[in-house]
Amino acid sequence: MMASASGALAVSQALNRLAREDRGRLLAALISRLNDIQLAEDALQEAMLSAVTHWSRSGVPASAKGWLLQVAYRKAIDRLRRQKTANKVGADMAILACGEDFEVNDHEIPDERLRLIFTCCHPALAQKSQVALTLRTLGGLSTTEIARAFLDSETAMGQRLSRAQAKIKAAGIPFAVPDAAQWPERLNAVLAVLYLIFNAGYSAGPAAGHDLAEEALFLGRILDGLCPQEAEIEGFLALVTINHARRDARIGSNGETVPIGAQDRALWRRSEMNAGLALVGQALSRGRPGPYQIKAAIAACHCEGAASDWPQIAMLYGALLEFEPTAIVRLNRAVACAEAGADASSIDGALAELDAIEAALADYQPFFAARAELQARRGRMAEARADYAKAIEMTRCEADIGFLQERMARL
Amino acid sequence: MKYMLLIYNDPAREPAYGTEEFKAMMNGYFALNQKMNSAGILLSGEGLAGVETATSLRIRAGKVETMDGPFAETKEHLGGYYVIDVPDLDSALRYAAEIPSASHGTIEIRPLMDYNPAG
Repeated sequence: MMASASGALAVSQALNRLAREDRGRLLAALISRLNDIQLAEDALQEAMLSAVTHWSRSGVPASAKGWLLQVAYRKAIDRLRRQKTANKVGADMAILACGEDFEVNDHEIPDERLRLIFTCCHPALAQKSQVALTLRTLGGLSTTEIARAFLDSETAMGQRLSRAQAKIKAAGIPFAVPDAAQWPERLNAVLAVLYLIFNAGYSAGPAAGHDLAEEALFLGRILDGLCPQEAEIEGFLALVTINHARRDARIGSNGETVPIGAQDRALWRRSEMNAGLALVGQALSRGRPGPYQIKAAIAACHCEGAASDWPQIAMLYGALLEFEPTAIVRLNRAVACAEAGADASSIDGALAELDAIEAALADYQPFFAARAELQARRGRMAEARADYAKAIEMTRCEADIGFLQERMARL
Repeated sequence: MKYMLLIYNDPAREPAYGTEEFKAMMNGYFALNQKMNSAGILLSGEGLAGVETATSLRIRAGKVETMDGPFAETKEHLGGYYVIDVPDLDSALRYAAEIPSASHGTIEIRPLMDYNPAG
């Protein structure tokens, strides 16, 4: 009795660990064989279920991943055979012709996750679907967990995932790493997805279920391991590492967002921060600048010294504009210029720049929060109050509302 | 896989006939046609006469209704198409990016329906 209970526990622990650490790798290996994400997912799910039965009886096999892969592959072939009479396509026939020979040891499983990441983050898919697919296939999150993280219903998220998988198949989105000409743009799309995941975790906080900030770091490290020495990936990791090191300081005692300049630096996690700062240097030393490296350098300028280095930050936003010529980057540069100058004329310069981009940012809450701040510094309290009110009206995040209300009350 | 590349144009933004820009655009099309032909992936491709020549038809309650004009009143109209046979969406996208009209119009990439999957 005791032996079987502890055996069952060992099996469920082994499976949980595999689901967490190796699911993406197993799935990618299966997809590269089957060319069908849905089929690979279903087959792996089935294999995990039969592992519970088999392993409880005969123990966890020495080559557990190899066992799962082989069983999943057989399950997939069974499924294909069952559909045989329905609609048989050429590719499936080729898979069946290959037979069931997919016996591999753990260390021989090819790592196809890079191809999987690029498939999931293909620009032919809606970005929200890219995020969901990446979390599902590489992060191993359940549909329920993803739905909860993005405040979607489980049904809607399930439909989004299956529509995305159907499009990959029907539109011929390849399971492939892009060629050199497409690489920078496609890598940027992958990093944008990881950054969205990080920021979703950052604004929800670790209390809200699965910690998406940790998840983004986990995925970023996988990506870094798959393409070592890629400066933009290092830049991305540096950026999220630095921001994540400040997690204990960014929410005040009343639950309000604390801006970086007012954070208690004693709460920053020093060793994580130093690791992030070192990564910025390492990425930049490769001499291939890119948007994530610049954003990481900006984050570093906020954290390295005793206070933010605004002249340097303003310059970096100028450099970022060359990669991302957007109104949001212009807004950030204007704010940095105002902070760097800190006299009436530089604030007026920033306000003039804000006038020029107002139309493009009419739905962007930080625009009004920033303008309110600048107006207040020029003593225009009525204008500042109106902008704070507008910003509060546009904010969903409780912590940000708290911060804005506090700023408005101070006027 | 077979894909149709549908070329949508806004006539107001297209280079005018006889200008240098128009010549450059046409040369771009000639070069692309040649490239697709020599790669052996071009199945067909045509340009359409202007949208002012379009006639639309539908049958409602058993009656044929014939109307002047295109199906939808939009700024960008279907102006031509290519049908190509390439391995995957990425290669279709690479060709689509070389269509001269992509720089002022929009190219929609659609896989053709496969009526005989057993092939």
